[in-house]
Amino acid sequence: MSAEELMAVVTINKDAVGGDVPIFFAKTDDEQAKIATTLAKVLRGMVHDIGNGAYIIVRH
Amino acid sequence: MDEYGMTIGLGVLMGILARTYMLRSDYRQYPGYPHGFVTHLSLGFIAAALGSVALPAIAEKEFAAVTFLALAGQQFREVRNMERESLAALEAAELVPRGHDYIEGIARVFEARNYLVILTALASSSANYYTRRPLLSIFVGIVFTLLSGILMGGRVIGNIAEVKAGKLSFKGALLLVDEIDIMNIGLPGMREKILTDGLGVVIHPKDDNARATLHNMGQRQAIAHVATTILGTKKDVDTPEFTPMVRKNIDTGAIALFCVPAEKDIDSLVAAVERVPVLESARRAPLKTKAGKIAAD
Repeated sequence: MSAEELMAVVTINKDAVGGDVPIFFAKTDDEQAKIATTLAKVLRGMVHDIGNGAYIIVRH
Repeated sequence: MDEYGMTIGLGVLMGILARTYMLRSDYRQYPGYPHGFVTHLSLGFIAAALGSVALPAIAEKEFAAVTFLALAGQQFREVRNMERESLAALEAAELVPRGHDYIEGIARVFEARNYLVILTALASSSANYYTRRPLLSIFVGIVFTLLSGILMGGRVIGNIAEVKAGKLSFKGALLLVDEIDIMNIGLPGMREKILTDGLGVVIHPKDDNARATLHNMGQRQAIAHVATTILGTKKDVDTPEFTPMVRKNIDTGAIALFCVPAEKDIDSLVAAVERVPVLESARRAPLKTKAGKIAAD
């Protein structure tokens, strides 16, 4: 099993995230999905919905 | 020397025929390239020669010749390493890897086939040496070849478990096959794509032995690999969402396979999963112990 790595967070809920990962803020759900898709393709990661308005991009 | 010509010749011939018979290239396409065939046929020739000279050597009281068999053992262990290394080197280029267990299984088979060739060659040369009937010797060789084919057959998933179609659904972002959790898919677009193009099957183990075998991660990876080999996959380097996944129901021990095949055909997927080989290294048999039997009721 390879080590998972958290690459970035894309959120519409500013209060939900913090810390030293790259964080991208979006205004709408659509914008959030678009940013997440692009980041996932570029970073070769996978988008996961953690359920509080934040998407995380993880490389598996 | 002339008296052994026929004996050794027949032994070598039957040995090579046995190796050729076992060198079938199926859907795995391995070894599917001409050089792989040449390598294995050459090694098969060496094995056949070793097997067929063993009896004449002893008849001539050349006992030192037996030590060559030990050398052969060493030589064929090298075959296993060769196969393991070349398959492991190719893993990086596979979108859905075979996994170490499957590779180890393939490597072991290649090693064992050479020993079967030695045995076949020894049997048919012995038959000719004792009876002086070449036709009988050929018959013995064919019997041994077919017998080794049967003995090396191994079991498949269809023997130890029941494979049924499963239904894909989402609970929020969580992908499920029937009631078994697979993974979290974040993007709504991907969820739609998976619901339209994805397939799921559930593998119900027939007993506790099968359940323990199916829990091995190497066995599960082999299932994902074979399903992908036969049905293809829509996965690419930048779409990890379409990676075939094999997860278990922690309560019942059933195993779910999720994949997004290039050919969406559930009957084909069920048939593909049923023919996945049960890996030697994954096989478990808790029911053979008293403790396992007590737990089974």
